[in-house]
Amino acid sequence: MAERSFAKEVQKLKQGEGETFTGEGILAITKALLENGVGYVGGYQGSPISHLMDVLADAQDILGELGVHFEASASEATATAMLAASVHYPIRGAVTYKSVVGTNVASDALSNLASGGVTGGALIIVGEDYGEGSSIMQERTYAFAMKSQVWMLDPRPNLPSIVKAVGDGFELSELSNTPVMLQVGIRSCHVHGHFEASDNKRPEMTVSEALENPKRKLDRIVLPPATYIHEAEKLTKRKPAAERFIVEKGINERFGDAGGKVGLILQGGTYNTVVRALNRLGLADLYGDTEIDMLVLNCVYPLVDSQILDFCEGKDAVLIIEEGHPNYIEQQVAHMLYQSGKRVKLEGKGKLPMGGEYTGQVMVEGLGAFFSEHAPSLLPVAKVATNEEPVAIPDLSQTLPARPPGFCTGCPERPIFAATKLVEEELGPHHISSDIGCHLFSIMPPFDIGATTMGYGLGPASAAAFHNENRKGRRAISFVGDGGFWHNGLTSSVGNAVFNKSDNVIVIVDNFYSSATGGQDILSSRAVNKTKQTQNSIVDAVKGMGVKWVRQIDRTYDVTKMRDTLKEALTTEEEGPKVIVASSECMLNKQRRVKPELAKAAKDGKRVVRPRFGVDEDVCTGDHACMRLSGCPSLSVKDTGDPLRDDPVAAIDQTCVGCGNCGEVADAAVLCPSFYQAEIVTNPTARETRRATRSGRIISWLQRRRDAKRVVFA
Amino acid sequence: MNMQTKPLIARRSPGPDGEKIITLAALAVGGQGGGVLTNWIVAVAEANGYRAQSTSVAGVAQRTGATIYYVEMCRDTGRMPVFSLSPAIGDVDILMASELMEGGRAIMRGFVTPGRTTMIASTHRIPAVSEKIAPGDGRANGPEVIEAMGIAADHVVAFDMETVAKQAGSVISSSLLGALAGSGALPFPRESYEEVIRQSGRGVEASLRAFGVAYEIATGESPAPAPETETVAPVPVLHVPEKLRAQWAALEARLAALPAEVREMAGLGLKKVVDYQDLGYGADYLGMVEKAVAVDAAPYEMSAAAAKYCARALCYDDLLRVADIKTRATRFARVKDEVVVNEGQLLMLTEYFHPRFEELATTLPRGLGRWLQSRKGLEAWYTRHFDKGRRVRTDSLSGFALLWMVSALRPLRRRLLRHDSEMRHVSAWFDTVLQTAATDRALATELLANYRLIKGYSDTHARGLSKFAKVMGARDLLAGRPDAADWMRRLRNAALDDVEGEKLDGALATVRSFAA
Repeated sequence: MAERSFAKEVQKLKQGEGETFTGEGILAITKALLENGVGYVGGYQGSPISHLMDVLADAQDILGELGVHFEASASEATATAMLAASVHYPIRGAVTYKSVVGTNVASDALSNLASGGVTGGALIIVGEDYGEGSSIMQERTYAFAMKSQVWMLDPRPNLPSIVKAVGDGFELSELSNTPVMLQVGIRSCHVHGHFEASDNKRPEMTVSEALENPKRKLDRIVLPPATYIHEAEKLTKRKPAAERFIVEKGINERFGDAGGKVGLILQGGTYNTVVRALNRLGLADLYGDTEIDMLVLNCVYPLVDSQILDFCEGKDAVLIIEEGHPNYIEQQVAHMLYQSGKRVKLEGKGKLPMGGEYTGQVMVEGLGAFFSEHAPSLLPVAKVATNEEPVAIPDLSQTLPARPPGFCTGCPERPIFAATKLVEEELGPHHISSDIGCHLFSIMPPFDIGATTMGYGLGPASAAAFHNENRKGRRAISFVGDGGFWHNGLTSSVGNAVFNKSDNVIVIVDNFYSSATGGQDILSSRAVNKTKQTQNSIVDAVKGMGVKWVRQIDRTYDVTKMRDTLKEALTTEEEGPKVIVASSECMLNKQRRVKPELAKAAKDGKRVVRPRFGVDEDVCTGDHACMRLSGCPSLSVKDTGDPLRDDPVAAIDQTCVGCGNCGEVADAAVLCPSFYQAEIVTNPTARETRRATRSGRIISWLQRRRDAKRVVFA
Repeated sequence: MNMQTKPLIARRSPGPDGEKIITLAALAVGGQGGGVLTNWIVAVAEANGYRAQSTSVAGVAQRTGATIYYVEMCRDTGRMPVFSLSPAIGDVDILMASELMEGGRAIMRGFVTPGRTTMIASTHRIPAVSEKIAPGDGRANGPEVIEAMGIAADHVVAFDMETVAKQAGSVISSSLLGALAGSGALPFPRESYEEVIRQSGRGVEASLRAFGVAYEIATGESPAPAPETETVAPVPVLHVPEKLRAQWAALEARLAALPAEVREMAGLGLKKVVDYQDLGYGADYLGMVEKAVAVDAAPYEMSAAAAKYCARALCYDDLLRVADIKTRATRFARVKDEVVVNEGQLLMLTEYFHPRFEELATTLPRGLGRWLQSRKGLEAWYTRHFDKGRRVRTDSLSGFALLWMVSALRPLRRRLLRHDSEMRHVSAWFDTVLQTAATDRALATELLANYRLIKGYSDTHARGLSKFAKVMGARDLLAGRPDAADWMRRLRNAALDDVEGEKLDGALATVRSFAA
């Protein structure tokens, strides 16, 4: 995070007993880790947990005082493997990553960690990204908890509950020698609230102390015959221990009237939405006080049979509220009820939708359906009999333009895809594999480039099957970002292509940061970072992997060069993968850095040049070909107000950062001469001012002379 | 119609003390500062003795996508209410939209409920990519959305908050907050909002200005800024040198002789044409318009179209014109104004040119140009050595002089190869129009409007020409049909709709099926 400071947040981490913490959920978790004597923290950034990493990265002084080690892991697998420090040593460790995608990467380490078990508390904070606004495939992390036998907490979405869950998680982990997942939804991470802080704790054993007194217990190492014992231990020791803890500690909460004939069993994370729905149905007040019997599962795995059966005792019907599918909880409860011969009617998916986010409306309808069928007397009459006249609202679905995310103003990746489009215009369409990262926005208009995305760093790997028998034939093009490249692309994608003599083209989009996750530093970042070694060359790494044909482009905005290099890569006789490293700094982060610098320089009377682009509207013919190769937010359409013209012309607004793409594209694609680059010079030198005045005088004389001989309008 | 028919009337019930939860959702385009806005709102609520909670799905907010921010608040009675984390259909009290179409999106998603929701929306447009890339005018229908607001919302506060913010030197979050305060949808005094802005520290004065203006527009104390679409470019004055006054007067006389319905458009056209070339060219232009009038009758719609499109046809885009425009004093002034060059600052101006062999050849006298075009070897040689982008600094003497000299070729234009081909194309088109006019004026009018298809430079221009040819080609198929004009319009719109021309080919296939 070279370009952003989290000093404000870091101050909050210093709070102690008696102070009230105010901030986002994810920052509250960060604080809770320190309050619970965590010894080391790792993880891989990604929405919604990036903030935890970013803040800790800036909190070195606090971490130093407490003797806590923090590092930004190379991948989720690395992060989870890092928890090995809690296997033999009584050190509390925490790692964090993004939901199911992170867990997928982590699962090898996770299985090993879970098999051997842990001594110190091992907490995995999983930022769930499910439902509206999600940037990933819709799956549940729950399956990993079940298959690896790690426990999963899903606390009610308010700061005090989330903070409590961190402490409970560590205890549960230590008591049952099992890693624990703390699942927090994207909105819980971004929810703004308060909790009563307590003092940060120094870990009982620091990692340095552990290093000085090495330990190893054979029965914790994952190797036969220990592995067979581990499985037995999971079932006979660890799970029962966990279940005892859950019941004795009252991890799961009971609300409402225990004698109720109907009841709800819900994941903690859905509590607020459920209460709101009950409130809207007249069954709860706005503080959550209700008659309805509710079992709130702040721990969603394991489920405690006795607790569930006890809840269902004497009820006519129970509704399981479980977001996402498969309905694992419902299945387990059904199994318990069937085995114990209970008669209670079990409802769940069916009353509620099989998949998709359980929004307020969905919840109201689901609960409404459940109560009207199983306890109609509970529902106030007013809620059942509608006397409101529905109002017909015009359907705007045909009018509204979709607004998918796209490249930022001045993004250095835009020209790369403009060049790709130009190459395809020349050589015809190609199979293009995409990867995870900002560059994936190439899938959207105006570029519409990219056929698949198979995972982080796997862009080139996902083109592996495409071996063209005709060596002169078309090659696949694949993209991978610098983030994905270091995450695992170096081996899984580039190494694989070299080893298998792939002839395909690999474009590595190098923008100096892990931009899509918030601009964190990575191995090839150009910024100097006092806690990390940056400035490691991608080109050297690629060559080290055995790639012979490598081209480095230092200014992606040079569309012509970009296009020609890509064309060469697609046509060269040379064997083996062709790798193009296209490097220019992420504009978002560049602006964060450069803007204040320039402002200061200008103030200090130094010469400062601010570039920006413009369009001569008399030259622009309103065909918008430039926008079909750009999609830049600052390049838009406007009316001329000239009755002689029908179509809006191109216009560039004040937000333009003068990246150069407009001019370069107009040039490379031979579009039109409408674009001009204006460079505004603040504090010009005396010499250039004199020159400017002189040429200005002569120029205006020439202009007057010409106009004197003709009729001019405009 | 998406009817708001729910089996259950699910409205929030208040607390024991009559306290109510107020729900507020803000739909924004990423990068508009929705985060700042929600923080302000939370702070205002807490300053007024309310408990508040805000959430957002930031996801890809920074990257121009549509984003939602959500705030809930409730009078503090000593207990923490259970706040919801996301807006629900039919359960939003205040809906803020920082762009017109996002307002429409909120309505479509059911976040705006009749008899309940106060809608606070900025009516300015941030065109989505899909709107920008149409070869014609692909922009969405704004008025339709504004109308829908009136139907869907209980109370609407809608005006251009972007302009208000800009004029105050601030950003839209300030004017949105002002509109919210002014709408009276929240039970908080104006001062408490302003206090929060003051505490926020950065750009306070500008923010307060934007807030104030928006507040007064929302309360109706002052009028909203005029929508951008109504602002017409100021008509530049006409400058006629002494020597040419008489000739110009003669043209004006011919102009005055035209039917009233045609005069305005013809006036604009005449100025454009004369400005493009010279008075003689203006005379040619009027000649064309007069021919149209001769075969036309009131209300002279065809002639008006002729006045418009002949002007455009005669003012084709060539190197001379571009060089002329780029070297004008008025243009320098406009650029300075557009990019904001202050006192003591200098402006460096770089133009992007990419003259290819075609441009070179067609900018030469007819004979020489043709000869050059026939020399494929020369073309290859030129392409190898000279076909590349040229950057010309028009603020420097050398760069300016270069363009100035190109523009000085204007008197010779009539002898250049490009003019020759353009004029043959124009007269062919105009003859077809006049012939058609004899039998079907409406169709002739559409044929005139087809010239709209020809635009752009190099490949874009070529694509335009081929589309034009295709559409014009349908004339013979349509001639004689009562709905010929209507079909001609459809064909043109199809051509303007997509780049590849698939829609056009589809429409043409239909037309051919008539003939068969």
